[in-house]
Amino acid sequence: MFAVEAKELRKVYGKEKTVAVDAVSFSVKEGELFGLIGPDGAGKTSIFRMLTTLLLPDGGAASVAGLDIVKDYKEIRKRLGYMPGKFSLYADLTVEENLNFFATVFGTTIEENYHLIKDIYVQLAPFKNRRAGKLSGGMKQKLALCCALIHKPEVLFLDEPTTGVDPVSRKEFWEMLKRLKAQGISILVSTPYMDEAALCDKIALIQGGKILSIDTPNAIVEDFPNKLFALKGDSMYLLLQAANTSNFVEHAYAFGEYAHVILKDNISSEDLLLDYLSQEGFGALEMKQIVPSIEDCFIRLLR
Amino acid sequence: MRTIRLLLEKEFRQIFRNKSILALILVMPTMQLIILPLAANYEVKNINLAVVDNDHSNSSAQMVNKIVASGYFKLCASPANFEQGMELIELDKADLILEIPAVFERNITREGSEKVFLAVNAINGVKAGLGGTYLSTIIKNYNQDILLKWAQASKIPAAPQINITASNWFNPSLNYNFFMVPGILAILVTMVGGFLTALNIVKEKELGTIEQINVTPIKKVHFILGKLIPFWILGNIVFTIGLLVSYFIYGIVPVGNLALMYAFVIAYLPAVLGFGLLVSTFCETQQQAMFIMFFFMMIFMLMGGLFTPIESMPKWAQIVAQFNPVTYLIKVMRMIVLKGSGFRDVLPHFFTIILFGVVLNILAILNYRKTS
Repeated sequence: MFAVEAKELRKVYGKEKTVAVDAVSFSVKEGELFGLIGPDGAGKTSIFRMLTTLLLPDGGAASVAGLDIVKDYKEIRKRLGYMPGKFSLYADLTVEENLNFFATVFGTTIEENYHLIKDIYVQLAPFKNRRAGKLSGGMKQKLALCCALIHKPEVLFLDEPTTGVDPVSRKEFWEMLKRLKAQGISILVSTPYMDEAALCDKIALIQGGKILSIDTPNAIVEDFPNKLFALKGDSMYLLLQAANTSNFVEHAYAFGEYAHVILKDNISSEDLLLDYLSQEGFGALEMKQIVPSIEDCFIRLLR
Repeated sequence: MRTIRLLLEKEFRQIFRNKSILALILVMPTMQLIILPLAANYEVKNINLAVVDNDHSNSSAQMVNKIVASGYFKLCASPANFEQGMELIELDKADLILEIPAVFERNITREGSEKVFLAVNAINGVKAGLGGTYLSTIIKNYNQDILLKWAQASKIPAAPQINITASNWFNPSLNYNFFMVPGILAILVTMVGGFLTALNIVKEKELGTIEQINVTPIKKVHFILGKLIPFWILGNIVFTIGLLVSYFIYGIVPVGNLALMYAFVIAYLPAVLGFGLLVSTFCETQQQAMFIMFFFMMIFMLMGGLFTPIESMPKWAQIVAQFNPVTYLIKVMRMIVLKGSGFRDVLPHFFTIILFGVVLNILAILNYRKTS
C-alpha cells in the first residue's frame, strides 16, 4: 500500500480556468521521505491542499493512507499531520496550550505521543508559557511540527517548511525529518530549495502544475545525459552571451560564480570552446567538468 | 461534547487574553448607554429667539417674559426691524423671529385681538416644528390669561371653552430616557452578538488557523457551536450590564417580568449570531466583515424603530423593518420595560425571532464549506 498515491490529479482555478495542477501522478511508499521540488507557483500548495482534503480536485483521484481524499476525508483527517506553509497556530495561545489543544482535538495527550516530539519539544520547553505569536521564526516552525505530529499521524504533509528559515535551522529541520522517517512516518515535503532535494528518498520535479521527472535524487542526477562543465572567466555576463551564441554550446547559464555549460553532442572536446572564447578576447578562462546537481537537472528539464 | 468543551475553553482563553476586545465588550455598553440617551434627545431646548418689538408696551414685554420664562427659548437679540432679524437667521444666530406689531397693546385692549408674526428657520425640521409649536402654545396661553383678566374685569361670563387634560400612560413624566435606553440596549446586544461573531470567524480565516482546524476531525457543527456559544454568553452578559446601568443611572425598573426579558434575549441572540456567521462565510478579511456588518448595523438601527416610529415610515420601509430582527427586540424591550407586557403579549414576537434564528443559521451553515 502507498502512503500517498495521486493519479492524474487536476485543479483549475477561477473563471480564467487557470490550470494550477495538471494531471499530476505520483506515489509515496510507506516510510518514504518524498519531496515535491519546484519554484513558487508550480502548484505545490494546491497539491498539498487537495491531498489534505482542504480542496476538492477537479479531476483525477488520490488516496492518503489508502483512503480516498474525497470519499473518506473524515477518516483521512484523523490520520494525517499537516503543516501549512504559513504559520497557522493560535498566536494568542501559549506553546503548551496550542500543543494541548491539538492533542485533545485528536483525542490524545501530549504524554501519550511525547516520544515522537521529544527531540523537538526539548528546544521549545523553555518557552512553553510564551504565546505562539511571540516566538522566533525557527521556534514557530518547530511548534508547528510538534502540533502536526502530536496525534502520531501516518502521513505527514509539510508544505515549504523551511521557507524563510535560516540555514542552520533548515539543516536541523531536515535531521528531524530523518528521525521521524526512522519512526515509520511517511513524509511528503515540498520545497523550492534544490539543495534540500538531495535529502529526500525520492523527488518529483514540478513546474507549471506538471511533473517533469520523478526518481531518487541520485537517479535524476545520473540521468543527466550530457557532460556538464563549469566555466569561469573575466566579464562573466559577456562570456555567458558569447558561449550561448557560439556553435559549440547547447546551453549555458549562470550558476553562482560559474557559468554551467552543456556542450553540443557532436563536440568532442571542451578545448574547442576554450579556444574560441580566448580568440574572442576573454581572459582568465577556467573550465572543468563537474557532476550535475539537482538544480542542473531541473534547469535542463525546464528547457 | 468533549470537542465543544475544548473549543469553548480555547475561545474564552482567547477572548480574555485580548484585553482590548474584553474592555470593548464591557466598557462600550456602559459608555454608550450613559452617553447616547443624553445626546439622542428629542426635547428641544435653548431655541434662539429674536424679538422684533415694535410696540415697546407693557403687554408686549409681559408676553416676551412669559416666553423666556418657559425655559425653551433664549432671547438672543432684539433687532429693530424684521430685516435685521432675518440677517440673524441667515447668520444662524437666531432660530425664530417673533415680530410684535406697533399697535399690539392698543389693539388688544381696544379691539380684543391682534396678530403677531412668527418666522421659523426650518433647516432643522425638528427644532423648527417644535419651536414653532411651543411658541404658539405659550402665546395662546398668554392670550387666555388676557381673556380671563378681561372677563373678570367686565364681569362678563367667559366664553365656553373645551379644556383638554391629557394623561400620559406608561411613561407619565414623558421621560425620554425610558424610551431610548431599552432601544439602545437592544442595539448593543445586537452589536456584540453579530459583530464579534463575524469578526472572530473571519480572523481565523485571515490568519489561516481555520486551515489547521479543518484538517482535524473537528466537525463543522462543533466548530460553529464553539464560535456561537461564547458570544451568546457574552451577549447575555452585555445585556445584564446594560440593565444594571439603566437601573443605576436612569433609575429604570422594568415594569414587566425580568425573566421574560432574558428569555427573549436568549431567543433573540441566535438570530444575530447566525447573521454574523452568515456574513463571515462571505468574507475573507476582517476588513470586509467590518464593512458589511457596519452597513447592516446602520440599517438595523435606522430602520428598527430606535429613533423614529416604524408606523410613520413609508410602506416599503415598514416592510424592510419587518425583516430586521432588531425591530422585534426593540419593540419587545419597550413593551416589557415600559408597559409591563406579559408572555402572551410578546409570544408572536418570540415565534418571529426564533424563525429568524433558524433561517439565518441554516443559511450560514449551508454556506459554510469545510472543503471548497
